[in-house]
Amino acid sequence: MADKYIYAVARIRALEMTLMSQAAIEQLVATDSYKKAVQFIIEKGWGDSDKASMDENDILRAETDKTWAAVAEMVDDMSVFNVIRLPDLYHNLKAAIKTVVAGESPAHVFFDNAEIDGQKMLSIVRDKAWDRLPEHMRDCAREAWDCMAQAGDGQMCDAVIDRGTLLAIMKAAKKADDSLLRDYAETTVAVADIKIAVRSMKTGKNKDFMKRAMAECNTLDIDRLATAAVAGMEEIERYLADTAYAGGAEALSESASAFERWCDNRIIETIKPQKYNPFTVGPIVAYILARLNEIKTVRIILTCKLNQLPEEAIRERVREMYV
Amino acid sequence: MTMGTVLALVGAALAVILAGMGSAYGVGVAGQAAAGVVSEDPSKFAKVLIIQLLPGTQGIYGLLVGFIALSNIGILSGTPKELTVAQGLMMLAACLPIAVVGLVSAMHQGKTAVAAVGIVVKKPDQFGKAMLFPAMVETYAILALLVSILAVNGIKL
Repeated sequence: MADKYIYAVARIRALEMTLMSQAAIEQLVATDSYKKAVQFIIEKGWGDSDKASMDENDILRAETDKTWAAVAEMVDDMSVFNVIRLPDLYHNLKAAIKTVVAGESPAHVFFDNAEIDGQKMLSIVRDKAWDRLPEHMRDCAREAWDCMAQAGDGQMCDAVIDRGTLLAIMKAAKKADDSLLRDYAETTVAVADIKIAVRSMKTGKNKDFMKRAMAECNTLDIDRLATAAVAGMEEIERYLADTAYAGGAEALSESASAFERWCDNRIIETIKPQKYNPFTVGPIVAYILARLNEIKTVRIILTCKLNQLPEEAIRERVREMYV
Repeated sequence: MTMGTVLALVGAALAVILAGMGSAYGVGVAGQAAAGVVSEDPSKFAKVLIIQLLPGTQGIYGLLVGFIALSNIGILSGTPKELTVAQGLMMLAACLPIAVVGLVSAMHQGKTAVAAVGIVVKKPDQFGKAMLFPAMVETYAILALLVSILAVNGIKL
C-alpha cells in the first residue's frame, strides 16, 4: 500500500535539501588542496561530530551509516531495500572467506550495515554453517569456499560471489513492488555484465569464465556479450550500440572512467522522476541511491585531490547529482 | 416514528459519516506527511499544519447538512415529524451529494495535500501556490454542499 510511505517520503523531501548540489560539488572540486576539501565537507556537516575525525574513510563511513540509520528510522521493513543492500551482504561473505582462509583479521573490511555483520559472517564461515545464511546465499557461499579453500583460486571465488550477488539482486527485484527497484536491479546487473566483459577481454579470459561470472538480465544477451568480448573491444562496443546501453558504448570508447561515470549517471537519470512522486517507496530508494552516489563522488574527488590531479581530470570523473 | 422519518435520519447520518470518514482519511495522510517534514525541519510546522487542515472541511460540510436535516425533521427539537416514505427518500437523496462527494473529495484532497507538503519543504516561498492545488479539490465539495443544503431546505415536510 502506497500510503504507508507518506511519512517517510515527506521526511525524505526534507533530507533531500541537505544533499549536495552540482554547485556544491563544483566548490569542492575548486578547493586547492586535499586538506581544504576535507575541511569543506566537514563544514557541510559530514562525518561523526562526536569523533571529530579528519580521516576521509571515517567521514565517508559515518555518512553511509547516517543514511541507513535515517532510513531505518522511517521504514519498518528494511527488506524492501534488499536490491540495494545485497552487494554489502555478499561483500561481507567474500571478505569473511578470504579472512578465514588467510588466517588474518584486517580492520574495516566489513560493511556494518549489511544484513549479516562482519563478526557474525566470520563465525558462519569458520564453522561452515552455511544454513545460517539466507537461502539465496548458501550455494554461492559453498562454491566460493571450495574455490578459495580447496583450489586456492581467489579470482574464481570473487567471480562466484559476484555472480551470486547479481542473481540475488535480480531475484529480489522480481519480488519488489516498485518499478524503480526493478529498473535499478536491471541496470545494475547489465552494467556489471558489461564490466565483466570489458575486464575479461583486457585480461584475456575465455568465454566460459565470462559466462560463469555474468548473470542473466532482460536487456542484454550475455552469450552475445561474451562472444563479443572474446573478439575485442570494438565488438563489445558494436554489440552495445544495438542495446539500451548505446551511450555506454560511446563512453567505453572514451575511457574506463568515462564508462564508470556513465553507469552512475544512468542510475541518477533513472531515479530523477522520483523527485515528483509523493507516494510509494520510490523516493526513499532514490534518496538512498542519491546519497550513495554523493558519497562516491566525494570519495573520488578526495582521492583525486590527494593525488594532486588537475581540476579538469577531476571534473571528468565527477558524477551527476540528484538535486 | 414512521419509515419516512427513519430514511431521512439515515440520510443525515450518511452525510456526517461518509464526509467525516473522507476528512479523517485526508487529514490523516496529510498529517503523516506534515509530521515527516516537521521531524526534520520544525520551522515549517505552521505552513504544513494549514495544508493538513484543508481536507478537514468536508467533515464540517457533512455535519452542517446533517444538522439542517435533523432540524427539519424535528429530531433536534425532540418532536420528530411523521414523514411519508416519499419525503424520507427525498431527504435521504438530498443528503447524498455531500455524503458521497465529501468522502471522495476529502480523500483526494488529502493526497493532493501530501504533494503540496512536498512543495513547501523544497520551496517554502511557494506556500501560496502549494495551497492552491488541494484547495481546487474543495470546489467540488462546496458544489455538493450547496446542492445538499438547497435540496434539504427545499423539501416540504
